[in-house]
Amino acid sequence: MTYYQFFPLGEQALVISFGSDINKETNDLVYQVYTFLKQQRAPWIIDLVPAYATLAVHFDALQLLHHHNTPYAFVKTYIEEQLSQVSSMENAQQPHPIITIPVCYGGEFGPDLGHVATINDFSEEAVISTHSSPLYHVYMIGFSPGFPYLGGMHTDIATPRRDTPRTSVPAGSVGIAGQQTGVYPTESPGGWQIIGRTPLKLFQPESKTPIRLSMGDRIRFYPISASEFAQWEENKA
Amino acid sequence: MINIIDAGLNTTVQDLGRWGYQDKGITVGGALDHIALRLANLLVGNPENTAGLEMTLLGPTLSFTEDALIAICGGDLDARIDEKSIKTWSPLYIKKGSILRLGSAKRGCRAYLAVHGGIDVPSIMGSKSTDLRSSFGGFNGRSLREKDELPIGEPHSFFSTYREQCMQNHGSFHSAKWSISYSGRLAYSPHPTLRVLPGKEHSMFTDSSIAHFYNEAYQITSASNRMGYRLKGAPLYYKTALNLLTEPVTTGTIQIPSDGQPIILLADRQTSGGYPRIGHVIQADLPLIGQTKPGDAIYFKAASLEEAYQALAEQEKQIKQIKRMIHMKLVKE
Repeated sequence: MTYYQFFPLGEQALVISFGSDINKETNDLVYQVYTFLKQQRAPWIIDLVPAYATLAVHFDALQLLHHHNTPYAFVKTYIEEQLSQVSSMENAQQPHPIITIPVCYGGEFGPDLGHVATINDFSEEAVISTHSSPLYHVYMIGFSPGFPYLGGMHTDIATPRRDTPRTSVPAGSVGIAGQQTGVYPTESPGGWQIIGRTPLKLFQPESKTPIRLSMGDRIRFYPISASEFAQWEENKA
Repeated sequence: MINIIDAGLNTTVQDLGRWGYQDKGITVGGALDHIALRLANLLVGNPENTAGLEMTLLGPTLSFTEDALIAICGGDLDARIDEKSIKTWSPLYIKKGSILRLGSAKRGCRAYLAVHGGIDVPSIMGSKSTDLRSSFGGFNGRSLREKDELPIGEPHSFFSTYREQCMQNHGSFHSAKWSISYSGRLAYSPHPTLRVLPGKEHSMFTDSSIAHFYNEAYQITSASNRMGYRLKGAPLYYKTALNLLTEPVTTGTIQIPSDGQPIILLADRQTSGGYPRIGHVIQADLPLIGQTKPGDAIYFKAASLEEAYQALAEQEKQIKQIKRMIHMKLVKE
């Protein structure tokens, strides 16, 4: 396995750091170790939290204290052993699922579409086709339940955040912030430029799969009309 | 059923948190003073992770429509039943129709009410804790309001024997003659010293900032809540401008944004953050934060991993002793 570092995150979590920038190769490595450790199901691991280039392993220090004076040292040794096994599986990676997300761009659902077009000297239609053509990579989930940090947006439609964040952005909103794009699974305050909305429910706390998106998924947005949006909503009701 | 006559300032249903979903961006949550909730649950014969009420600064007024075995631990919110002061950190049998009223905090900030059988709300993703930011869990995903009706869970077998003894008392409640003494309670303070492990970016701060951090008082501002406490004091600066990726954080992580004022992340924190982490408050001291309020001051003291584990082990040893003591008393009484 390539270069990595460990550091403690308090006394109940360890972080494995694979780098300090955003790139797909590092993130794939994080994903690989994350899924591998998840499969190992060590009973004292209580949470595994992947980010762009790091993976946090939260552990039950109380449980480990029964047998180890320094749980952190024990966990570090365990992870080192596991990492040596991961390297042998590097080529056995499954392709990530592709998830398609319908988006009704512009209008009441995308109040900032016009601004994104103007600032980039594009037509609204060109913004829509540029936004809906790439296959985006989910680098990590964070900020709020199911919120995906996506990579792969075309820089031609990059737009700075709003000067004043909105106090409330509806669930399903699709936005742009700088060179990033994302979709809000829950209603929350936010400063992103909102260009559309998906009728998909990306966070349903009471369902069996409360969160639809995972790290490593690939996402494609496709445009739908306002009447198709209404149809989606109706079909679910 | 428990009827909410007055909801108080911020009363929520909490257990020990929603673990296992941080990879999906789900907040852990749970009681800020998790030790107080655990002890309150033990006092009423519940598993430690049972859902109870977290009551903040100004407590609620609650009416019981059925007999219940309750216990209140944590900060002192001047608990009364039908206007009579009651014993806390002790089991208490409250009779149907009685009114439990909590007032303003005399000491600490948060009190915990455990009810035998637990607060019976649906478990979502393995927890009954209220996630206020994402509006789910607990009671309808929000703080309690006037006229809410909280169901109480099914009693265990020992409840009926306990009940018989209590019914001989003709008042509106029967209080046990004993209470527990927990040393952590004595540490509740409006100016606690919190032990801190260095964070990954600790060495990126200027020497004078590090000196300030460990020597000066940091006041808790009013922009503080269950997500995090925002502090105000001598500003802390990085040696050079930092541009960090979004990285993991944990409960107790102390982040320093560019204005130099620390933020201590608490139970309702996000799962990752992008500010430099100067340190992490050790787990054993987290309950003390939950018992401070805006206007109070916090001091930080450097600790080692070994000290952190030792403090955790000692805290747990004491809880085990209390647990044994409660078990003997409850069965005997």
